[in-house]
Amino acid sequence: MFCSVMSAVIQGLQPEFVQVEVDVSNGLPGFCMMGYLAEEVKEAPGRVRTAIQNIGMIIPPKKIMVNLSPAHVRKRGSGFDLPIAISVMGALEMVKKEEIKDIIVIGELGLDGEVRKVKGVLPILLAAKEAGYRKCMIPFANITEGMLVDGVEVIGVRSLKDTVEYFRKGIVPNYENEIKVRSKQEKVYDFKDLKGQKVLRRVAEISVSGGHNLLMIGPPGSGKTLTAKCMPGIMPPLQKEEAIELMKIYSIMGLLNENTAGIEKRPFREVHHTISKPALLGGGVIPKPGELSLANGGILFLDELAEFQKTVLETLRQPLEEKCVKLVRNSGVYVFPADVILTCAMNACPCGYYPDHKKCNCTPTQIQNYVGKISQAFLERIDLCVETQRISYEELVEKKTEEESSLEIQKRICKVRKIQQERYRGSSVRVNAQMNMQQMEKFCVLDFQTGEFLKQVYEKLGMSARIYHKILKVARTIADMEEQKQIRIIHVKEALGYRMSDKIFGGE
Amino acid sequence: MEDEYIAYAYWLDNVPGIGKKKKIQWILKGLTPKEIYEKIEMIPETKITQEEKDKILEGKNRWNVWKRYEDMIQKEIHFVPYALEVYPQKLRGISAPPFGIYVKGKLPGEEEKSIAIVGARHCSEYGRKMAAEYARACAEYGIPVLSGMASGIDSVAQKAALEAKGSTYAVLGCGVDICYPRENFALYMEMIQKGGIISEYPPGTKPLPQHFPARNRIISALADTVLIMEAKIKSGSLITAEMALEQGKDIYALPGACTDILSEGCNRLIRDGAGILISPKELLETMGIQNVKNVRKQRENKIKLESAEKLVYSCLGLHPKSLEQILDNTKMSLPELLSHLISLEMKGCIKEISKNYYARIDLEY
Repeated sequence: MFCSVMSAVIQGLQPEFVQVEVDVSNGLPGFCMMGYLAEEVKEAPGRVRTAIQNIGMIIPPKKIMVNLSPAHVRKRGSGFDLPIAISVMGALEMVKKEEIKDIIVIGELGLDGEVRKVKGVLPILLAAKEAGYRKCMIPFANITEGMLVDGVEVIGVRSLKDTVEYFRKGIVPNYENEIKVRSKQEKVYDFKDLKGQKVLRRVAEISVSGGHNLLMIGPPGSGKTLTAKCMPGIMPPLQKEEAIELMKIYSIMGLLNENTAGIEKRPFREVHHTISKPALLGGGVIPKPGELSLANGGILFLDELAEFQKTVLETLRQPLEEKCVKLVRNSGVYVFPADVILTCAMNACPCGYYPDHKKCNCTPTQIQNYVGKISQAFLERIDLCVETQRISYEELVEKKTEEESSLEIQKRICKVRKIQQERYRGSSVRVNAQMNMQQMEKFCVLDFQTGEFLKQVYEKLGMSARIYHKILKVARTIADMEEQKQIRIIHVKEALGYRMSDKIFGGE
Repeated sequence: MEDEYIAYAYWLDNVPGIGKKKKIQWILKGLTPKEIYEKIEMIPETKITQEEKDKILEGKNRWNVWKRYEDMIQKEIHFVPYALEVYPQKLRGISAPPFGIYVKGKLPGEEEKSIAIVGARHCSEYGRKMAAEYARACAEYGIPVLSGMASGIDSVAQKAALEAKGSTYAVLGCGVDICYPRENFALYMEMIQKGGIISEYPPGTKPLPQHFPARNRIISALADTVLIMEAKIKSGSLITAEMALEQGKDIYALPGACTDILSEGCNRLIRDGAGILISPKELLETMGIQNVKNVRKQRENKIKLESAEKLVYSCLGLHPKSLEQILDNTKMSLPELLSHLISLEMKGCIKEISKNYYARIDLEY
């Protein structure tokens, strides 16, 4: 007696369909599994057998063979319990075999027969839709993810009993009135709350407008972190495709909350400086995405940049240029998206107060060592560099002027992004920061006077070619913000003020 | 003959466990290093105790006199022991003179009047400017500049003296064959040609923190006048000033704002009776040099500035100011201000000291 049902497993970001085959025959009673199984899948027989018995069904003493195919794909995760249980029942003719064709089943089983939450439901549903499956059975706890996908009938089940009812009598379990979808109640950071700090506000706007990476240097408590937290709020609203793309990653990591309708805001991921390489970029034998991919389309914030392990920062270089992480494993190449605006903050010296000699007692050597931890190659990936300052008491308390809110800034930024969209129509580039050489030659033409000036500066300051290009890109963004077609000298000069240079720190 | 004396003196200087004071005493008692080396057992206990003899014997075993001496000569290092004529007279007078000094290059001339310029390593733009100005003035009038080659004031002054074609000498807290700090390697090499590197520590000695206060006494001893440019309240520069006071040298301090932590040490010195630096001209005149022309250059007048640039420039001082502060003072818009700042930087009027911190520069050094 043979029966099979389709399920799926996540490989990187891509689901792979897996056929769960069960054969029940005479012989020495037992429950035998095969098909390149991970430990958690090998444990399935115990859960499946007990769950089936606990809903009042009896498994006869026969030889049960389970095979998960294709055999070369590693089967991981707890989602195979439910498909195995169903195909066992199908093989034993407890449910109708015809019913379990053309359906994708995933879910973990409890010993009492409860169907529990699993990771990676959303990408599986999307893949199922694409492959032409009409129905999917998922744990009820994952139903909010199911509601995001149209065109596939999604059946959320709470227990094995529901499942049996469905396959025997076609009763779709109805818990509709129990689905509670709330908006996420998160604290929203607004630029309204950032007092003073004209320089920071301006730079944050340029950064988001053109997708430029940003480094803020300044003493503790000068608004660096607050600025970074405000930045997602001024980015253009998340498009539906972007949101789905992002939610796929969050689903795989099991970070989607069951009570909310998914992700509506751009992500802000703050990373602690003790982070390891795999946690930041993604890793594992079958890689899982890291923080960099979780911040896709939003802000990745590295606070205390100088405290990060040097090797961890170095690994960020390639993903920042290519906007994706490529991890090569035996089983293939895994590509995770990494389209982020990198925002970093650091102090100028170990105590943080340099160059204020009244407070700073650090020696030049100490400062050199502190700053020297970050490689020049990494710093050259950053387009904007700016100093922050502690704000004065008057600005903090006495000045009652209303600061501009994020909403107003966002409106302006949307305009600038639109200009860029038109400019790069038909290419993969979306923002100025991603311009390639050909595009720079076309879109960053300087007039004679500006060109001469920049030539002078280039020679006098001994800039590198990469920094020169970054300045042009930033100048392009500043010109766009003023809705000007031609980059003028004032745009270049302003961009020069935010440049990154090797003599920036402790310029002795 | 002199070679032989120096070779044995070099050995004696390197015998561990015996202080330099003791070693000088032996020499004053009429012993020569060679005698001590060869006939140590014959010397009566009244001159050298048994305990000391043991140490000397141990030192003898570890040292090949001629090989070591050749090595040192090969590195172009000279050893000047206490007993020889060439040993600087100025050093003999101090309370704890070194048994000998090592020199790469020359020693300052005995008859020349010299000036020591010392100050904070972590100095302000004001300190750098002034150190350079005084060093240049001294160099122009043939006065050698002494200092410690540390980063900050010391090296700025020494570089300026060399640029003005003067001579300059550095007293180090490590062996003379070691360039510390490394960043001053070009300066170190040039000083060997046009001045000298001096140390009481044998070649190869590492720059340990405890060496530096001791070398300060040599800086002040070799100089006739000591200038303190910028000093915090607890600093090596103040130790130098203290030593100079003990040795009876003239001390001058550069006055600064009393709110400025880097000038606190100097201002206190002035309160305690140090001379006050008004201008290089005045200093040179008090040192007995007549007809000093005005050496302070007025460079800023030569460059033409736009009126807006002038406004920005007038906001800046020798102490770095942050972008946000300048923004507040000038009431300009940020893009406008940044464009003026970069123009001023290109014209060489200001400098970006740290990211988005700007200060005036009036002189090149």
